[in-house]
Amino acid sequence: MVLRAIRQFFDERGFVEVDTPLLVTSPGIEEHIEAFSVDGPGTRRYLLTSPEFQMKRLLASGLGKIYQLGHCFRADETGIHHEPEFTMLEWYRAEAPFETVMRDTEELVVDLAAKTKRWRNAVHTNLRGCDVELPWVRETVSEVFAKHAQVSVTDLEDDELFFRTYVDTVEPRLGENKATFVTHWPARMASLAKLDPDDNQVAQRFEGYIAGIELCNGFTELTDPVEQRRRFTATNEKRKARGAATYPIDEKFLTDLSNLPAAAGNALGVDRLLMLLMGERNIQSVMPFSNADL
Amino acid sequence: MYETSDIKKGLKITMDGAPFVVVEFQFVKPGKGQAFTRTKLKNMITGAVLDKTFKSGEKLEKADLESREMQFLYKDGAMFVFMDTQSYEQIQLSEEDIGDNKYYLLDGMSVDVLMYGERPIDVTPPTFVELSILETEPGFKGDTSGNTTKPAIVETGLKVNVPLFVTMEDVLKIDTRTGEYVERVKK
Repeated sequence: MVLRAIRQFFDERGFVEVDTPLLVTSPGIEEHIEAFSVDGPGTRRYLLTSPEFQMKRLLASGLGKIYQLGHCFRADETGIHHEPEFTMLEWYRAEAPFETVMRDTEELVVDLAAKTKRWRNAVHTNLRGCDVELPWVRETVSEVFAKHAQVSVTDLEDDELFFRTYVDTVEPRLGENKATFVTHWPARMASLAKLDPDDNQVAQRFEGYIAGIELCNGFTELTDPVEQRRRFTATNEKRKARGAATYPIDEKFLTDLSNLPAAAGNALGVDRLLMLLMGERNIQSVMPFSNADL
Repeated sequence: MYETSDIKKGLKITMDGAPFVVVEFQFVKPGKGQAFTRTKLKNMITGAVLDKTFKSGEKLEKADLESREMQFLYKDGAMFVFMDTQSYEQIQLSEEDIGDNKYYLLDGMSVDVLMYGERPIDVTPPTFVELSILETEPGFKGDTSGNTTKPAIVETGLKVNVPLFVTMEDVLKIDTRTGEYVERVKK
């Protein structure tokens, strides 16, 4: 029912539903996302970690507003908020900044929370005490570090220290009482996002939080193929340096990137949202089969 | 060595020279960020609980723990003296180390002693022990339902709630995991 409500939400707003391949030549090149490789006779493919390359190619071909509901795969991720196979909702808007996509996100969650409440006969919809009514709080990465960890992000140049502080001290407090967008992430943590024209140390990227749980990640798209190739190469070098697999660069994506209009998009974990709406403690509870059930 | 992916409740590791047991854990990973496993670890000697976050891929040292069968010999002041039934070596544990298990130790009893290297750190008594009563109100013959209870003190000093029909002459079977009365033992 939630999947149907998501489709209804985007259909009513004039988005086109798309269905891109799961089996891809490049699974996405992120420093900390591991993909599953799939070997056929003489060919190697990957299960996608996000449908963004193909969805952006569709934007480049002229589609203006698109969304997709589908499974994504990420290796080495299992926990109460992680499953190696999960359902992702991804949507993109041409000619829109990331603020518009944040607005979509808030409206979507409010809509789903209201519908869930109705289906459950007005039984209390449990979002762990977090208020999701409009508008959500918007705070920058440097603001949330200062507020919850009393540190300046500029002092956390070491990535491990940055993320350790984040998961231990900052993240559990995000969206505690009021749903929150954390915006303007450091430039080095933005592999496909556009940098802020007013401050090139940060990217126009956001993550949405409800009750300490990361729900989505979105940004204004980088549309410069030269810069994009530089970032992919640098990320692969970092991965190689720590002994992780490197992934092929999707040349067709880079070619089409030069035709990409200004655009923004968001990727939202549907299982996590469902878990919050249903008042469950782990995402496995809202999946018909988790990886451990197979 | 363990990997962070081996972390689960009850896993025993060594850190800074002390044995710890995992009491809680959670995999945490920001979508685009590094993965960690957040844990609560209990120091198996002091009982202190601390928070520790491990980076994925980090190695954890196995705790060098061994359970040895021993006989409880006697209590000497605040020390409890045990003998290894294989080597006849005698070891001592303090009242603090033993905790509530002191209520289940009778002279000559066989127990499992947990060793951290050469150091004894804990005792596991049998699951059920039989203890005589030191003090309780007189029994009521008619009441055999066992629904209402009264307090009793057994020979080791443990306080338990027992059914009203229990008398001073009874021997009680006690569950050492919960400290609760199970039944009367016919002698």
